[in-house]
Amino acid sequence: MGMTMTQKILAAHAGLPSVTAGQLIRAKVDLVLGNDITAPVAIKEFEKAGIERVFDREKIALVMDHFTPNKDIKAAEQCKVVREFAKKHAIKHFFDVGKVGVEHALLPELGLVKPGDLVIGADSHTCTYGALAAFSTGVGSTDMAAGMATGACWLKVPTAIRFVLTGKLKPWVSGKDVILHIIGKIGVDGALYQSMEFTGEGLKSLTMEDRLCMANMAIEAGAKNGVFEYDEQTAQYAADHGCKDWTVYKADADAEYTATYEIDLSAIPPTVSLPHLPDNAKPVSEVGEITIDQAVIGSCTNGRIEDLRAAAKLFEGRQVHEGVRCIVIPATQNIMLQAMEEGLVKIFIDAGCAVSTPTCGPCLGGHMGILAKGERAVATTNRNFVGRMGHTGSEVYLASPAVAAASAIAGKLVSPETVLGGNA
Amino acid sequence: MNATGTAIKYGDNIDTDVIIPARYLTTTDPKELASHCMEDIDKDFAARVKPGDIMVGGSNFGCGSSREHAPIAIKESGISCVIAATFARIFYRNAINIGLPIVECAEASAKIQAGDRVSVDFDTGVITNHTRNETYQGEPFPPFIQGIIATGGLMNAIKTGTL
Repeated sequence: MGMTMTQKILAAHAGLPSVTAGQLIRAKVDLVLGNDITAPVAIKEFEKAGIERVFDREKIALVMDHFTPNKDIKAAEQCKVVREFAKKHAIKHFFDVGKVGVEHALLPELGLVKPGDLVIGADSHTCTYGALAAFSTGVGSTDMAAGMATGACWLKVPTAIRFVLTGKLKPWVSGKDVILHIIGKIGVDGALYQSMEFTGEGLKSLTMEDRLCMANMAIEAGAKNGVFEYDEQTAQYAADHGCKDWTVYKADADAEYTATYEIDLSAIPPTVSLPHLPDNAKPVSEVGEITIDQAVIGSCTNGRIEDLRAAAKLFEGRQVHEGVRCIVIPATQNIMLQAMEEGLVKIFIDAGCAVSTPTCGPCLGGHMGILAKGERAVATTNRNFVGRMGHTGSEVYLASPAVAAASAIAGKLVSPETVLGGNA
Repeated sequence: MNATGTAIKYGDNIDTDVIIPARYLTTTDPKELASHCMEDIDKDFAARVKPGDIMVGGSNFGCGSSREHAPIAIKESGISCVIAATFARIFYRNAINIGLPIVECAEASAKIQAGDRVSVDFDTGVITNHTRNETYQGEPFPPFIQGIIATGGLMNAIKTGTL
């Protein structure tokens, strides 16, 4: 029986000629990731077990991105624990304030993940790197500790759902709309324990940024990983970001899938997910009159340069609606620089947006944009759970950067076309 | 190994943000985490929970973030076992790795009501509801995972060379 893309990568990293769904394996990892929230727990476990050495100081990434620049004394203490660990073990890829970016935007940008790699990260959105035709999955802190100690991870080989993409995205529709649409279709546990494998001729119309955004949210359908079939764009992206010597894994023609969905990209409208689950997705045109207090454009899901360009196109010559706070967070220092060079930062500030240094901050209700009781935010982030961005009586509406920008301008949830007056 | 306790019941898609809100993730202290466990959907949980109580959820329990603080908070609060129809996969891993017993059983998840007296046999996966005189067959862990639990969690398994 044939193997899926994911199964091929897992078999190669387990040193096995083949694997089948349900099999428990021990696989070698190419990179172990942690952040300022999850790494302190992992370090505690690592030290408690009396382990003296990390398996490879060049294959661990420690990214201080969640509550940084330190939001309070406790957050500062947590970063200190990680900083000291990084120093002690000479961890090569330690990123602190000034160099740091939101982890899942930063690592691909720096070429730290290449096609065919196996990456585990103590952050649920580690699945982002599936955009690069790699296997990557979120794990917990103890898994991270074990990964740092041994360079390996136990995994159960997953079954897969195949998404065959056809057609081409309409203007002002992005990967975010596609993934919200898909999660709305299959549910927040629709891919539980499984891989989501994206293939089909529609891939051509999805940029790497679209793919990174979609793979990022595979976890919101319960998936173990989301992976895109390798193509010319993948190769180009890997080469442009300094990757070398990667391996391409393609699904066998007779690979088995638990389900196959055909998704016509041209039929997907600008989409939002209403509170309080990501699968509560609707076309923005059908949500009715929903006023907002805040808009957040950023995060590991949508803080990349293409996201900022889309938002800037709407903000150019327009103003954030009175009474709305709009916070724009370029996901890495490079993206911030690029946004400055392209004049995007000026557009945002002229429009009345606050522009911040990279941080995960508001997405998880950490800092930089917490909501009060009864407030509503449209956000380009990935979760709209109860209390996710602040008070349990606040609400989060998930959307693309274009929809978030348009809504910030209109003061209510609208599609980009509404703001542009039909001149898309 | 067994657990016996009183059921505390929740619904579907209990996410890690409600198990332990991100605003408390500036600590790794289990006791402090436990004092805020479930507070966003069940304010009195920390005051009400008794050692040995059994938490019962619906489908996709523990969805969302990878924060191990979630199973740590539940374990430290005194919960002896979590029963759910299904678990989100990172929560599932984390529970095994830190030694919080969990059992998947759709029937138990549907039939157990808050306040029921429940026992769980982890070796067989059999769940007994003493209040309703019912038994349900849960999914016992495969031997590989039972091995991790028997050695006292993932780090111990690595340390002792059993993995």
